[in-house]
Amino acid sequence: MDRIPILRMGQFLLVTIQVDLYDRLALELEADLVKMVSKTGAKGILIDISAVSIVDSFMGRIIGNIGVMSKLLDAETVVVGMQPAVAITLVELGLPLKGVYTALNVEKGMDLLKSKVQIIEDDEIDAANDNEDHLPE
Amino acid sequence: MRLMITKIISLNKDKMSIAKEQDVVPFRNRVKEYAIKIKMSLVNQTKLITAASELGRNMLRYANGGKVLIEIVSLGRQHGIRLTFDDQGPGIPDIQLAMNDGYSTGKSLGLGLPGAKRLVNEFEIKSELGVGTKVTITKWANG
Repeated sequence: MDRIPILRMGQFLLVTIQVDLYDRLALELEADLVKMVSKTGAKGILIDISAVSIVDSFMGRIIGNIGVMSKLLDAETVVVGMQPAVAITLVELGLPLKGVYTALNVEKGMDLLKSKVQIIEDDEIDAANDNEDHLPE
Repeated sequence: MRLMITKIISLNKDKMSIAKEQDVVPFRNRVKEYAIKIKMSLVNQTKLITAASELGRNMLRYANGGKVLIEIVSLGRQHGIRLTFDDQGPGIPDIQLAMNDGYSTGKSLGLGLPGAKRLVNEFEIKSELGVGTKVTITKWANG
């Protein structure tokens, strides 16, 4: 049976969709990714859809869901490589995918993920320092 | 007396049945082949195939599948692809309601029918309760 592989790279998960998606395949990817985030404690997901020529409302919803679900598990999702024709079609279809981060290609997507995780870590360090500063004497 | 109305002529056709989820993939590919044959632009191809995917899924979800007729049609010097989705499902009680953005009796986003309509040039839907639903869409090569 078909399955879309998920690669682990440091604290990120990498998914490259190389086949034509049908509904069950997309649903399985959603479930696999969420489980994987929970299991590995990954901080980010990068989904490369540069080989995907069609994103209809169902697949669009799955991509949106992955973003929201992974956010609940403290991971960010970036979708990269969307074909221009797919972007035009998605907006006309009425599905602008507002909830997910996007980047033009894998490299920029990785940078974006790293910067997101970096910001969160910095905030945590700042918060920790703040607490120390305000310790009663 | 000769009528001066240009009629849509069907040039080439193919019938496919969609009975399970995986059938949607070869169906989309067939539509793409046809679209390439008439030199449809990539953006229009994508819109057409996306609309086809929405309607194919509707047919599976609500009517347990059905048949699709794929045709190359021509109107004067214009070429286009016409898809006719024909199912023997329960029919749609209120088409106007079903054509509203965000309305769904299933668990979807309710973008299928109205979204598909926005993506093509011509859209026609006929439904009879207990008999079935027929949706016809046409996308012109440079429409």
